[in-house]
Amino acid sequence: MEEHYQHLYEALSQVDGYIYPNEIDLHWGLMIVLYPYITGLVAGAFILASLERVFNIKALKPTYGLALLTALAFLFVATLPLVSHLQHPLRSYEIFMTPNPTSAMAIFGFVYLWYLMAVLLLEIWFDYRRDFVIWSKTSTGFKKLFYKVITLGINETDEKSAKLDDKLGYFITVLGIPSAFLLHGYVGFIFGSIKANPWWSTVLMPVIFLFSAMVSGIALVMVIYMVVSWIRKVKIDMLCLDTIAKYLFYILIIDFTLESLDQIHRLYEAEESFHIIEVLVGGKLNITLIYMQVIFGTIIPLSIIGLFQIYKPSEKIRKIAYFFVGILVLIGIFFMRWNVVIGGQLFSKSLSGFTTFNAVYSGTEGYLMTAVWLILPLLILTFLLWLMPPWKKVSVHE
Amino acid sequence: MGTERIAKNRRKFFQTSAALIGGTIIYSLIKPFEAIAQTEAENSKEGKGNLPLWGMGVDIESCIGCGKCAEACKMENNVPKEPFYFRTWVEQYTVKNDGEVKIESPNGGIGGLKQSVPDEDIFKSFMVPKLCNHCTKAPCVQACPVGATFISPDGVVLVDETYCIGCSYCIQACPYGARFMNPITKVADKCTFCYHRITKGLQPACVEVCPTDARIFGDLRDKKGDLVKFLQDNPTQVLKPHLNTHSRVFYNGLSSEVK
Repeated sequence: MEEHYQHLYEALSQVDGYIYPNEIDLHWGLMIVLYPYITGLVAGAFILASLERVFNIKALKPTYGLALLTALAFLFVATLPLVSHLQHPLRSYEIFMTPNPTSAMAIFGFVYLWYLMAVLLLEIWFDYRRDFVIWSKTSTGFKKLFYKVITLGINETDEKSAKLDDKLGYFITVLGIPSAFLLHGYVGFIFGSIKANPWWSTVLMPVIFLFSAMVSGIALVMVIYMVVSWIRKVKIDMLCLDTIAKYLFYILIIDFTLESLDQIHRLYEAEESFHIIEVLVGGKLNITLIYMQVIFGTIIPLSIIGLFQIYKPSEKIRKIAYFFVGILVLIGIFFMRWNVVIGGQLFSKSLSGFTTFNAVYSGTEGYLMTAVWLILPLLILTFLLWLMPPWKKVSVHE
Repeated sequence: MGTERIAKNRRKFFQTSAALIGGTIIYSLIKPFEAIAQTEAENSKEGKGNLPLWGMGVDIESCIGCGKCAEACKMENNVPKEPFYFRTWVEQYTVKNDGEVKIESPNGGIGGLKQSVPDEDIFKSFMVPKLCNHCTKAPCVQACPVGATFISPDGVVLVDETYCIGCSYCIQACPYGARFMNPITKVADKCTFCYHRITKGLQPACVEVCPTDARIFGDLRDKKGDLVKFLQDNPTQVLKPHLNTHSRVFYNGLSSEVK
């Protein structure tokens, strides 16, 4: 408690202009930056998988299973920072028990559950069921037990059953696309629907969140695909990598256009809140918005993969460039979430001043915990890849 | 699909899953409406029309910025003494001759506000007491994921301390900065119009201690009451009217500099 007060006294001494006295404490910190970031990675990775399955882009086949497992690994973690941030985490189940139907946050709980249970788990199950049956016969120990249990007693491996799996899996993927859109569009709505905050309150917020989610998810799968291939010492499918980069390029353009449109609209309308936002962007958000998000996270990646659409250098250069671009985009989108969540709380709703954000290293809201929540899904993914490697699958959908 | 095409065990699996998923969905669809049904039943029992509808008038010209209201509020409601937690506070506005507006509220005005701008530079200066606006269309109530914050039948926005999960979404949704996270109870905290007092026929603490009667508390339904008279006699305005929150705190003499 004393430490918290000390932290607030320090922030109080750094207040610039006038802020309401209750605004010194930033109520949403790094954990709430992580929440839309991780959820976005899930939605993006899933949409990349759907491109192959539903839109029949065969070049993306090597990343289909990887993208699904990535989505699942991150989805398991998605709500953990959110729950850990609650002052009463043990009461979080009330969101499901007595949801307030007018609350964007309450409905998110259901959207999340729907997505996890009805879409992602089912799609992966239909995709892997036949393999589980086959693997359960050849493996031993924990793996054997897991495969046996997870088949849920459905042990046919004939062509007919494989076809049915494929059909149902396809149906769920089709259902999954609007669900993924809903999942992340909804996260955008949680911010976009707050009329008290002019930095958040824009009708474009859900759409911007959706496209930035796709950008980050595609970049993540691209990087993971390269890393996994290096670890497994297999050749990277260049056609696949080029195709992922091409989609990353297109969607990044849409994302950048939408975000620019939002800013141009603010600039042109120059409403009551414009002055404070102008000072915010030029000052407190200068590094995270202009440099990290726009220049490093958007313009440099766009220029590199844009150039590759016209001129293709050697595979080696392309691989290094794609890896570099993937990392830059992932950092850029992280800072996009930062700029929304933290940026929206740095200025006072009195529109007359600023508070500061002093992040800490330790504690549930600190940098260390942030690193934990970002590394944990990668560990889960490693486990999933060990347990159900997509490259060892016997049955591959049409 | 024919019976022979799906094996029996698989068919059974689908049937069980469908029943489970369907049941869960139907239950979660019905659940929210149950709450609505309950509220209606309670309302009809209590007869909402006979209840008061609490509101407050603030007369800006009367406020001298002594900060007694903010101090009394903290004492009455066990609000932590640190200068980051306020259910009510007083802002001092100073418009300088060059047009610059200076706003101050050190420690929420507790201990009295003092003018820091030299007299010769002042165009005009005034004090504005702030508190929860007890909005009829409260954005905090709309946002709360579990319904822990609600509007009482007599029009007061309250927080159920035993129910709030501490997500801070209501704090983000409040346009007036009237809410804070209580560091001791770890739930959202705000002005209750001293609900424990008004339900016993007393005035809120801030109103009780105000030496200049700058705060007028009362029942908006009581046509002969002080508050209704204040609203009749003065051209009043609410804060941030463009946000359409239908606030129940009305200001007389509100200047355009006030946000």
